Amino acid sequence: MARVIGAVVVDKEACKGCSLCVEACPQDVLALHMEVNSKGYHYSYMKDPDACIGCSNCGVVCPDTCITVYRVKAS
Amino acid sequence: MGEVKLMKGNEVLAEAAIRCGCDGYFGYPITPQSEVMETLMARQPWNSTGMVVLQAESEVASINMVYGAAATGKKVMTSSSSPGISLMAEGISYIAGAELPCLIVNVQRGGPGLGTIQPSQADYFQAVKGGGHGDYKMIVLAPSSVQEMNDFVDLGFELAFKYRNPAMILADGAIGQMMEKVELADYKPRWTKEEVLEKNGDWATTGKTASRKKNIVTSLEMDSAKMEQNNLRFQEKYRKMEEEDVRYEAIQCDDADFVIVAFGTSSRVCLKAVEVARAKGLKVGLLRPITLFPFPNKAIKELARKTKGFLSVEMSAGQMVEDIKLAVYEAGSNARVDHFGRMGGIIPTPTEVVEALEEKFSWELSYGVKRSY
Amino acid sequence: MELKEAIKPGKMNLQEILKPENLVYGKSEVLNDDVMHYCPGCSHGVVHKILAELIDEMGIQEKTVGVAPVGCAVFAYNYIDIDWQEAAHGRAPAVATGIARLNPENFVFTYQGDGDLASIGSAEIMHACNRGENILVIFINNGIYGMTGGQMAPTTLEGMVTATTPYGRNVDLNGYPMKITNLIAQLPGTSYVTRQAVHTPASVRKCKRSIKKAIQNVLDKKGTSFVEVVSTCNSGWKMTPVDANKWMEENMIPYYPLGDLKDSVKGEHSDN
Repeated sequence: MARVIGAVVVDKEACKGCSLCVEACPQDVLALHMEVNSKGYHYSYMKDPDACIGCSNCGVVCPDTCITVYRVKAS
Repeated sequence: MGEVKLMKGNEVLAEAAIRCGCDGYFGYPITPQSEVMETLMARQPWNSTGMVVLQAESEVASINMVYGAAATGKKVMTSSSSPGISLMAEGISYIAGAELPCLIVNVQRGGPGLGTIQPSQADYFQAVKGGGHGDYKMIVLAPSSVQEMNDFVDLGFELAFKYRNPAMILADGAIGQMMEKVELADYKPRWTKEEVLEKNGDWATTGKTASRKKNIVTSLEMDSAKMEQNNLRFQEKYRKMEEEDVRYEAIQCDDADFVIVAFGTSSRVCLKAVEVARAKGLKVGLLRPITLFPFPNKAIKELARKTKGFLSVEMSAGQMVEDIKLAVYEAGSNARVDHFGRMGGIIPTPTEVVEALEEKFSWELSYGVKRSY
Repeated sequence: MELKEAIKPGKMNLQEILKPENLVYGKSEVLNDDVMHYCPGCSHGVVHKILAELIDEMGIQEKTVGVAPVGCAVFAYNYIDIDWQEAAHGRAPAVATGIARLNPENFVFTYQGDGDLASIGSAEIMHACNRGENILVIFINNGIYGMTGGQMAPTTLEGMVTATTPYGRNVDLNGYPMKITNLIAQLPGTSYVTRQAVHTPASVRKCKRSIKKAIQNVLDKKGTSFVEVVSTCNSGWKMTPVDANKWMEENMIPYYPLGDLKDSVKGEHSDN
């Protein structure tokens, strides 16, 4: 059965930790990191990478365009 | 010789705009300059030269349309009268701050407030000292004839583009409404797209191509150090105007004991006043500033060394007189500077001017020497 | 870029996924690299991104000129890689008129907030739309003045607390929240007038489709296209970005309902 595997890459220096992507993720993949970036923001990261389906919702709602989304079909 | 016609000053402004290759006019009706847009609309230059003419919803909108249109690197203008120019003040400041060229015509009427629709020169300060907020200057041309209404449109654009700065024609209701013989300029084609790109492509909003960085037209700079540098650059530009583009006319000043200084409509009256005074045996000359900014400081300074007094004749309570005093002070001269003016839309008569001169300089006339204090 | 977090142990090597051919969402090249000055979670960033993506996808970068307002979006010119002009407060539609009239081959848009468009610039927007200028107007309505510190805007909801309505907007004192987009839709110069939002992935995608249609209308010389984006100002509203989205959904959208207000051609009156 073909299944979709996704991955997101967060530009953690550009992320301002608004958590809109966390809210938008249907798979509960993303979370804000315990650590902060150089500006002091808790940046977004893939807490549960296995669950990502590459739907791009996180990227679409991100006001700072710091999320890049990839997707492959795997059998 | 070009085409000679009998025309109103305001109509000539419109005609000259079309002929000099102006790309756009944006305006709002106000007395005593409404004929400018009326003439343009009747001439329909969009069918001949391609010039855009648009009646805006207000003077505020007109000047901001000019601001937008000027950013495209093309020749654009507006015209109004005193209250309308007050409304435009913010926009003019933006245009000066963003370093855009454009032409603004003020056919002055009397103020303050709604004032009168009759001619006045009471917007001198507003024109030469800024008018809007911030440290900026405009090139200000003062026509004294319908012919100069024609000539200064092209000259105004030339200077505006030379300095990337707004230029103003400061006329008044008399020059705007009077009819005179005028030799119209020959038609010049509007700049082609290629010419605009070649002349102004490095700053104009012509559309960002792969070969250049984006052009941003703005007067905003949040970094104080950079903003100060911008201001210093503007000031340098204004000094350059003072070095290179002062224009004036000196009439019978060489042997003059007294020099009348007057521009625009009042200079026409004073030309006659000089004749009347000379007939009475008074050695009187006339200095007519053509550019009010840059002001003919040097000419006044030179005259200050040999004349007994200056009489500034203005259709106002006395505004230019302050600039004359500054020049005389800078010259270290003790020549006396006085003012004679009429207000409320009244134009002084030559006799009034001569009487004022005799009265204000009675001491010098009696004793034949400068009065010292 | 933080790659470490993206590892998928046992399923598929991350390097196998992160290949250009697998890219499904990324930053448009028309968006500059500068980090935006907006507060975390601000709707401006999303709308800027939509514009940049569309300018890219529609291949109109070379003909586009943007007019930035006074307000938080005053620095919009730093972020989208096109020619820009910064207008005086409220005057963007007049500035855009000047550009579009002189260079009708250009695509000109204004980007304005509620204070800029519906308060100080209400005359300019009405008349530009009434003349049917071939421009796109993006209207960000978050019911507050963000840049100056959260004062009342013409679109501030009744009872809403702002810096200048500390006890809530009182309609007897301050008048009513203005549905200016409904007024705009009445003007025969407009062809497409819509109200959108960008608070959910679905609304962002829908908003992008609306703006694309609006741009196409301008390119087709159909008159003025006007897109209101009901937005949040979480700093001004003093909420988290997530709470602000929720508040907007519960309070703003019922008063400013989403959807097309007019979709016709220039010269036709709307019944809205």
